Amino acid sequence: MDEGGIITWFTGFDLPVGEVIEAAVDWLNLNASFVFEAIKFPIDIFLNGLEDFLLWVPWWIIIIALVALAWWRAGWRVGVLSAISLLLIRFLEPEYWDLTMITLGMILTAVAFSVIVGIPIGIWAALDDTVDRIVRPVLDAMQTIHPFVYLVPIVILFGPRKVPGTLATIIFALPPIVRLTNLGIRQVPEETVEAARSFGSTQQQMLFKVQIPLALPTIMAGLNQTLLLSLSMGVIAALIAAGGIGQEILRSVGRVDVARAAEAGLVVLLLAVVLDRISQAFAEGEAETA
Amino acid sequence: MAYIEIRDLYKIFGPRPKEARRMLDGGASKNEIMAKTRHAVALQDVNLSVEEGETFVVMGLSGSGKSTMIRCINRLIEATQGEILLEGRDILKYNREELRELRQNHMSMVFQRFALFPHRTVRENAAYGLEIRGVDKSERFAEAERWLNIVGLTDWADSYPRQLSGGMQQRVGIARALCTDPEILLMDEPFSALDPLIRREMQDELVELQSRLNKTIIFITHDLDEALRLGDRIAILKDGMVQQVGTPEEILTSPINDYVADFTQDVNRVRVLTAQTIMIKPRPLQIDRGGPRVALKFMEEQGMASVFVVDRHRRLLGMLTMEEAIQAVQEDRREIEPLLNHEIDKTTPETYLEDLLPIAAQRRWPIAVLDEEERLIGAIPRVAVLGALAGTPDPHGHMDDTMVEEVVDALQQAAN
Ligand SMILES: Nc1ncnc2c1ncn2[C@@H]1O[C@H](COP(=O)(O)OP(=O)(O)O)[C@@H](O)[C@H]1O
Ligand SMILES: [Mg+2]
Repeated sequence: MDEGGIITWFTGFDLPVGEVIEAAVDWLNLNASFVFEAIKFPIDIFLNGLEDFLLWVPWWIIIIALVALAWWRAGWRVGVLSAISLLLIRFLEPEYWDLTMITLGMILTAVAFSVIVGIPIGIWAALDDTVDRIVRPVLDAMQTIHPFVYLVPIVILFGPRKVPGTLATIIFALPPIVRLTNLGIRQVPEETVEAARSFGSTQQQMLFKVQIPLALPTIMAGLNQTLLLSLSMGVIAALIAAGGIGQEILRSVGRVDVARAAEAGLVVLLLAVVLDRISQAFAEGEAETA
Repeated sequence: MAYIEIRDLYKIFGPRPKEARRMLDGGASKNEIMAKTRHAVALQDVNLSVEEGETFVVMGLSGSGKSTMIRCINRLIEATQGEILLEGRDILKYNREELRELRQNHMSMVFQRFALFPHRTVRENAAYGLEIRGVDKSERFAEAERWLNIVGLTDWADSYPRQLSGGMQQRVGIARALCTDPEILLMDEPFSALDPLIRREMQDELVELQSRLNKTIIFITHDLDEALRLGDRIAILKDGMVQQVGTPEEILTSPINDYVADFTQDVNRVRVLTAQTIMIKPRPLQIDRGGPRVALKFMEEQGMASVFVVDRHRRLLGMLTMEEAIQAVQEDRREIEPLLNHEIDKTTPETYLEDLLPIAAQRRWPIAVLDEEERLIGAIPRVAVLGALAGTPDPHGHMDDTMVEEVVDALQQAAN
């Protein structure tokens, strides 16, 4: 065998990783589809209920409700800012309102599931160093791997559209709430925990009467980050046909329709501003009382 | 058996305490073990007994193991070895339920840096122990308010801890500890974080409170003055080992070793020692034993310049000086009674030397120590007060000239 042959053999060598993964995915689809159905099911129920609700409620009631919330928690400035932003969304392009509500439904669903899953994991990791050592690299991976990388297996395992899109959003948005819940609980001063223990608190009483209340400002900061990450991923999820305003951006860009793409982009930006301000106000409110 | 007995208690911090324990038994010191194995020996061979209703002070320098010891008692720290018997039962063997019951009902702790719950109002802080116990809201708030009233914080019930000064925060800490009505109070340097004036005030309040409550208090401090002021008994801890246990007076007057002696050297003993520590046995003259001639002879024999005169029941009638006695003999008078000087300085056995100083500075004559029935039980020669001030443990000991000078200076300052 001459040298050229070795090099050709070497450069031409194709590790059969893709084939292996394909086989694995086929196997999973065939034998473990109930697992994926079980994951999809609650998200599906929640998402569709919320989306139906948001589309059913007249646009002006939603605007009034959000503005009232902003005003109540963050003062009149943020109230006015929210009112202007939401009215712009409504009147930039009337057909965008429903798309925005669909996106909002996805975001809120993703946030809700991130909270339901993330806060308990964060607490567990805070209380148990072994759990922390396992969770930490997983979160690191979730944050370093680009979402495009996991969009593909998600489509293969869960199919396209809204529910898998929301699932991808959850994966993308979950790390901050887990991390900051963990951090918040670990930051509760040792002596405060000691005091609670010295009065004979059970583990549960300790958690709910002392640790979680004191960690709440940090947890809320995590919630704010999770919300913003959900919004950006909710738009990207249009790549797997998740719908909403992201889909509109994708379509306009595809058609090189600059005007519509710009309007849709602006809608996303305005929605981000409103959600960020409101959730930040909640986080700061917690910081003040604690 | 005492109320609380600590037996052979050891605490070694580190992953392999047994190994460190073997080195200890082999005669290695705390520092050697730290250098070789990175294990911290916090307590070794601690044996103590605490009586019901007493204030037991544990005192030692920073790092001597005080916090570790008090935390072994309510098991915030698990001891490496030993027993802590509460009414004969070993707390270290309590299961989880028993331990919780102990902490909820019988033993509360007050912390050096208060350790209040910042997210709860003062009232909610004070009520925490009862809340944990499941007492309903109106009842626990009523009890919390009762204690807040006792520590003088009624008006602050709705405030948050951060709105209070340090002294007030620690009052909340004390109210929180007392609210569960425990028999035992563990106090880990509760006043160390407060400035001196407030600290003094809090100490007085604790003494006052304790005189009504009669809790068993284990009180940690690094301040000897505080230990002497509060403790019924004091244990002195060094490198995790108990050096001496005794009443404040025992610690001051008979230190068991150089360490304790050095420790107590700088203390302001006049604030701690009382008249009875330094008083000497009086040698009074009973009035019906004879006239001035007998009195004079008595004084000459005893080598005294004056004598206390008492009745048959040892009740003090007055004092006769040698000059008066000589004059009376020369004038050939028979009665002692009219010669008596009634302007005697009297005191009780419990009076602090601090309060005797101004008197001792001004008078030539000894101070009479009387019991409740006016009976003469002791005499304090001026030199004894001076001696105590100079730090000679033995009140009858001699002083050299420089000591006398120092003492006279001190006395003049005290008198001014
Ligand atoms: N959690 C711990 N881990 C390791 N060493 C400790 C720990 N807690 C205390 N120690 C060590 O034990 C010794 C006694 O500490 P401590 O009980 O806090 O002393 P004190 O309260 O008298 O200042 C010190 O040498 C300290 O370094
Ligand atoms: Mg300490």
